[in-house]
Amino acid sequence: MSTHRDPRDRVQVLDEDGGVREGATVPDIDEDSLTEMYREMRLARHFDRRAVSLQRQGRMGTYPPLSGQEAAQVGSAMALADEDWIFPSYREHAAAHVRGVGLDSTLRYWMGDERGNDPDDANVFPVAVPIATQILHATGAAWAADLTGDDAAFLCYFGDGATSEGDFHEGLNFAGVFDVPAVFFCNNNQWAISVPRERQSASATLAQKAHAYGFEGVLVDGMDPLAVYQVTSDAVSKAKDPGPAGDDAPGRATRPTLIEAIQYRFGAHTTADDPSVYRDDDEVERWKRKDPIPRLEAYLRERGILDDESVDAIGESVESEVASAIDAAERTERPAPAEMFDHVHAERTERLDEQAAHLERLRERYGDEELLE
Amino acid sequence: MAQAELEQEQTETMTVRESIRQALREELEHDEDVYIIGEDVGAFGGVLEVTGNLYEEFGEERVRDTPIAEAGIIGAATGAAATGTRPVAELMFSDFTGVAMEQIMNQMAKMRYMFGGKTDMPVTVRTTEGGGMGAASQHSGTIHSWISHFPGLKAVAPGTAAAAKGLTKAAIRSDDPVFVFENKMIYEQQGEVPTDVEYTIPIGEAAVEREGEDVTVVGTQRLVGEALDVAESLSGDVSVEVIDPRSLYPLDTDTIVESVKKTGRMVVADESPLSYGTHAEIIARAQEEAFFSLDAPIQRVGTPDTHMPFSTPLEQEVLPGGEDVKDAIRRIT
Ligand SMILES: Cc1ncc(C[n+]2csc(CCOP(=O)(O)OP(=O)(O)O)c2C)c(N)n1
Ligand SMILES: [Mg+2]
Repeated sequence: MSTHRDPRDRVQVLDEDGGVREGATVPDIDEDSLTEMYREMRLARHFDRRAVSLQRQGRMGTYPPLSGQEAAQVGSAMALADEDWIFPSYREHAAAHVRGVGLDSTLRYWMGDERGNDPDDANVFPVAVPIATQILHATGAAWAADLTGDDAAFLCYFGDGATSEGDFHEGLNFAGVFDVPAVFFCNNNQWAISVPRERQSASATLAQKAHAYGFEGVLVDGMDPLAVYQVTSDAVSKAKDPGPAGDDAPGRATRPTLIEAIQYRFGAHTTADDPSVYRDDDEVERWKRKDPIPRLEAYLRERGILDDESVDAIGESVESEVASAIDAAERTERPAPAEMFDHVHAERTERLDEQAAHLERLRERYGDEELLE
Repeated sequence: MAQAELEQEQTETMTVRESIRQALREELEHDEDVYIIGEDVGAFGGVLEVTGNLYEEFGEERVRDTPIAEAGIIGAATGAAATGTRPVAELMFSDFTGVAMEQIMNQMAKMRYMFGGKTDMPVTVRTTEGGGMGAASQHSGTIHSWISHFPGLKAVAPGTAAAAKGLTKAAIRSDDPVFVFENKMIYEQQGEVPTDVEYTIPIGEAAVEREGEDVTVVGTQRLVGEALDVAESLSGDVSVEVIDPRSLYPLDTDTIVESVKKTGRMVVADESPLSYGTHAEIIARAQEEAFFSLDAPIQRVGTPDTHMPFSTPLEQEVLPGGEDVKDAIRRIT
């Protein structure tokens, strides 16, 4: 377990060129996992580009892009074990993929099909668009695990804007009071649609809010996958096995951790947004120098883990994985009209049966074409 | 609970409050995944004393006080239910439901649907409704029409001690989110309650509490008892059938329609505000299926579209009661 961290000190391992910072401890990750980490980030970047273009071509609905945020998602999700859970917002496609959710499922969801939220056994909660609502679910699930004796950690993602919501406060406060095995992972990408970080809170950092709830807050360079991996691993171990009671450092003896991962969204908030209205290109260019993908690539090349050949091979495999996911998603049969009445309750009520029967009568009489007119 | 049903059961006399507590106790014993959360439900025993000594019996893991955070209670219960446990949450007064509304209408109600059917949502929310305690407008509301309106939620509102037990147990065993609306003025009301630990009342089944020929009174919660008293006082003059729908959603339309087809007249008595609510829904369904059996306009008895006054005389004026039910019957018979 790591030593105590001050929520004002940003944990970093890699510098902007992929060199190891002076004094930094490199997390213990084997070579295959490092390659996987790199590949997951490349995959997410390529997926993102293709998803935006599918939306532009009218093949998919509104989509929230993640470019720039790969390290935070991949680094944190890779620090989890199979039994752990994640509670995503709407932008964590890369984290979900690391958990085992197929890209085709993610596409299906954004093409308008709740069955895309149905990743068997990946322990991923549904996409949460209402801001911060998933924080309470993570707290509740972590609490329940504590009651039933499950040895799992519950990691919840949300944005900088979400920290202004009441659910953030209630979720973290509950988590502290009941000392549940939760990790709150704030993807501070500097913007909440058009509203900048400093308009959400006068707090110097978001991480320091943890102290008010009685647990640890950690600030990390969210565009440095090694640093993200490290702080998340520490938080997960602490969630499962907190330090000895009586540890004086704020929050050390309690299980939850709030991680604030500093990062930047390179693209628009969603495909329905035009960021040029509220931020200038210089700012975007400045953050692009911290791009997590070339940073990790440089580090891995330097160590002889990657070379031109393996990088090209990864590029090709990533393209073909995304292409087949798109193909699979587009080939999935659309839900049948009658399915709109399913899963409202455990079993359809009589009333829903009647309403479903009414729809069937209309379909028989007029046909689907005419009904959709 | 209907007399005929009760006669087949071993029963015990107890209050509504005791019957709910017994339901909670039995379910805590029956299933270790069941636990109670809420404000002051622990050692204090609940502000209206419903959880009582359950904290002593089951310990703080199973009967747990939470911080004062209604969205927190409902949201945490939603997460806890989606991963396999069966929380029973208490919202101290139904008037505070608004604080938790996002978690109720967008999260708890839709979680199964948003999960593509891959999760159950076995949450029970118990809360208290109703005026009559001089508790002013923010602690006296009847909001069940609201909850009954949102797809994905179920709502029950018992009017007798037996129904209180049977519905509470059914709610806890249900894999859907169920709200149990307890009228606070009937906690002391006594009734016969089945003792069988497997006794539950299916959600969505009404009870004919008294059979009659001339007029159907569909009454809920406190107004079930008041309607029964009215029926008794009118006997020999008007023959009144009294139905307790027990579940508001799903609503047992068949039992109501069948009764109206027989009597041709109907009064709907429910403490919620009269506009856009429970009365309207019951009446709409009755006229959809029994229009040609109706001999008179359907009457409704409820709270006028104002707030519950703090002043006791005014509160008594605003609250619907037996006299209002009687007047309504008189208007159409
Ligand atoms: C309760 C609620 N209020 C408002 C919105 C509209 N909305 C969608 S995304 C967003 C910004 C959220 O910003 P942040 O939490 O920083 O996450 P990011 O999108 O930057 O990842 C807003 C206001 C919403 N979805 N839910
Ligand atoms: Mg943001």
